[in-house]
Amino acid sequence: MGIAPGIERHAKVNRPAVRVPAERLLQVAARLRDDPAFAFDLLLDHAAVDRHAENRFELFYHLFSTAHGHALTLTALVPRDAPVAPTVSCIWPAARWHEREAYDLMGILYDEHPDLRRLFLEDDWQGFPLRKDYRDPDMLELPGRP
Amino acid sequence: MTVTVKTLNDIIAPPGAAASALATEEYFINMGPQHPIAHGSLRLVVRLDGETVREVIPVPGYVHRGLEKMAEHLSWRQIIHLTDRMDYLSALMNNWAVARTIEQAAGLATNPRIETIRTLMAELQRLQSHVLWWGVLGMDLGAFTPFLYGFREREVIGEIFEETIGARLTMNYIQPGGLMDDIHPDFVRKTKQVLAYLKPKIDEYDTLLSGNVILQERLRNIGVLPAARAIALGCTGPVLRASGVPYDLRKCEPYGVYAQADFDVPVGAKGDCWDRYCVRIEEMRQSIRIVEQLIDGIPDGPHATVKFGARIKVPEGIHYGQIETARGILGVTIAADGKSDAPYRLRLRSPNFSNLWAVTELARGWRIADIIAIQSTLDLVVPDIDR
Amino acid sequence: MAGAAAPFALFAAAQAAPAWPVKTVAARAAEALPDHPWTAVLYMALAFAGLGALVAVLGMGLIYLERKIAARFQCRLGPMRVGPHGIFQTVADTFKLLFKEDIVPARADKTLHLLAPFLALSSTALMLGVIPYSPILQISDVNIGVLYIAAVSGLGVMGILLGGWSSYNKWSLIGAMRGAAQIISYEVSATLALLVVVMFAGTLSLSGIVASQAEGWWIWRAPVVGGIAFLIYLTASTAEINRTPFDIPEGESELTAGFHTEYSGLRFAFFFLAEFINMFVAAALTATLFLGGWMPFHIGGANAFNAVMDLVPPGVWFLGKTAFVVFVIMWFRWTFPRLRVDQLMRLEWKLLLPIGFANLALGALAVLYDLYFFPGA
Repeated sequence: MGIAPGIERHAKVNRPAVRVPAERLLQVAARLRDDPAFAFDLLLDHAAVDRHAENRFELFYHLFSTAHGHALTLTALVPRDAPVAPTVSCIWPAARWHEREAYDLMGILYDEHPDLRRLFLEDDWQGFPLRKDYRDPDMLELPGRP
Repeated sequence: MTVTVKTLNDIIAPPGAAASALATEEYFINMGPQHPIAHGSLRLVVRLDGETVREVIPVPGYVHRGLEKMAEHLSWRQIIHLTDRMDYLSALMNNWAVARTIEQAAGLATNPRIETIRTLMAELQRLQSHVLWWGVLGMDLGAFTPFLYGFREREVIGEIFEETIGARLTMNYIQPGGLMDDIHPDFVRKTKQVLAYLKPKIDEYDTLLSGNVILQERLRNIGVLPAARAIALGCTGPVLRASGVPYDLRKCEPYGVYAQADFDVPVGAKGDCWDRYCVRIEEMRQSIRIVEQLIDGIPDGPHATVKFGARIKVPEGIHYGQIETARGILGVTIAADGKSDAPYRLRLRSPNFSNLWAVTELARGWRIADIIAIQSTLDLVVPDIDR
Repeated sequence: MAGAAAPFALFAAAQAAPAWPVKTVAARAAEALPDHPWTAVLYMALAFAGLGALVAVLGMGLIYLERKIAARFQCRLGPMRVGPHGIFQTVADTFKLLFKEDIVPARADKTLHLLAPFLALSSTALMLGVIPYSPILQISDVNIGVLYIAAVSGLGVMGILLGGWSSYNKWSLIGAMRGAAQIISYEVSATLALLVVVMFAGTLSLSGIVASQAEGWWIWRAPVVGGIAFLIYLTASTAEINRTPFDIPEGESELTAGFHTEYSGLRFAFFFLAEFINMFVAAALTATLFLGGWMPFHIGGANAFNAVMDLVPPGVWFLGKTAFVVFVIMWFRWTFPRLRVDQLMRLEWKLLLPIGFANLALGALAVLYDLYFFPGA
């Protein structure tokens, strides 16, 4: 199977998965949706994982094709100090709100997003709660955990 | 590269002065978080021109409890009970979704008895959820009586759950590698009794509400969601099926013992509110069919394959699992680090979250009252949106 | 007092030897006025006290009934705790409402906010004064009773409009605007239906209309036309009193509570009371115009049958018919969903109004050519 350069299989996902460089995400996403052989028209889920130790975020996109019935997980890594990723909301409108949630809770910035706002938290909230290093004055530390 | 972040105030900036004394002015109004249609505490900021809806801006977050963050500090077994509190009308299916993902990730095997009971419980709960939805829809459209009819039937099913599970709402019943407890000895008899009671009730629903000309006027051709748009917006469950896409995980990727049951997946023709209504009514009948087929053949065996004290080891990686709840696909993504006893990151893709945003497209150009009809047929449960 | 006497004099002249002698309280007062002025004053005081008591008793009774009937429809018991079968529940609720804090929004127009519930209730109470409850029980028989009813019932919309406007709340305002549009629209159809009966009866006086049904109620005596007018009037008056399926001014799932969102305590109770009295008035008028009011069920010429029917006193006939219409209106509420605002308008302007006009024309022909039962009577 010819996988384009820069795109690699992601073996640690329990379904077909590829890892894509963040800057090529948009291009790959467009192909995945428009190429009739892929036809991934349904974006089931999108969120980010904070790979704190590796100093980066892992974004994942769970795709499904209603035409073929096949599934794919797309992942991309963005650096923690500049967590900017292209928006795929122009390809899958459903991403618009998943991306807002990822911004709200994880602090991923989506370039060209039409409506990037906090989703659940107030507009003046400080910090991004799902990050591993997030600390809140009201948080209690569990004994024996970092 | 700079990315600008907006706030709600930027969007709802007051409109400029009216051009002339006769010009009409658009205005914003808050529907919720304290409003009868909020069904909990969903806030819709609605831009109106008189009675006509120009724009709907959902502002969720009033029931945000940070379940995903909480889960990072709880063990595999403890996160089950958090899921009860998402879509509380599909608590058992939520339990199942997480438990199943953990089982797949950790390689835990179950037995046919466990799977059959899970399927039965899930279908009973789907039935219960739809029954309540029907009642609430009636109330939303101004007919109060269906609400109490819906609750009457919901109670009857609730009693089955209570006998076996001990809870009526937050079940915490389906565990990784089994069930919290075995079914009550009276379960089979009682379930059959309830089914016999419910079947004529669904027909009664049709005579009370479905055939009503006002209801049909309120639902037909309102909020049409074409199939392509439904898919693009990430809608799942009855909302997607009403648009004509027969995507039901119970049929497409059977889990539990759905493969053994013979049932149909109802789909709509054009995706208006009426189609969504009919699909759910038909799903109730199909759920009854599934339960009827399975109730007599519950295999013998233990109700759990894993001891409750046993440590569950989930290998490193991203594990995704999904289940069809009463409202659509609940996707569970577990990022495990292979070392700790808790998920490194738990991501819950709730069906209501994606279904909610359909309201922004569907309500535009309709009246205030149509927001109610649209939202009611989308069947939103707000804690599931906010998590 | 003399003014009140004049209409009666006119009516008495028109009906030379009435089979059912009608004696209103106003007429009694007018009779007593030349000789015993204080008796006349007492009569009128009695009438006002009676009206007040009627409003209170009707309000409580109807609310209790509504709750019990709703409970029946919904397979539950309804109020059961306060008194036997909960009959004192409404009394308890009234006391609760009396003692509740009366909250006025900070930016509300205080005067109008205060005035609105009274306007709503008073327009309703004014209508109670002309309804013929029985031949001997009617406060005043205005010779233009039908016109009076049409005029005063339109006044109720002022209460709704002012209440919504003065509350400084967008939901209230939307509700008030809906209410105004709806009530004014349906007024047209209601009046058209009224006119059919007026034509057949040949009088605008309400007791005259009742007396004209001595040979049979207009709902069947005027073939088809009467029935259609009855249905139009019932629909339009249900809309005028803002009850389901036409309760869009207060549709709670859309507008929280519509025009009375910002009302609490006693002022809310006034709106609430007005709604229930309105229902009674609508039912009583429907009964008076189409179902003969207090007139027993008569078939022209069937004297033996009519004599048997006369055994039941007229007051009971009136109450029975009104209760039946009230029940039908409650039945609507507990089975029907609510219409949308534009559907409501469509129903009025595109359906009821043309039918009403056609019906009126047909009615005119029927009157002209005596095409109804027992025209000679």
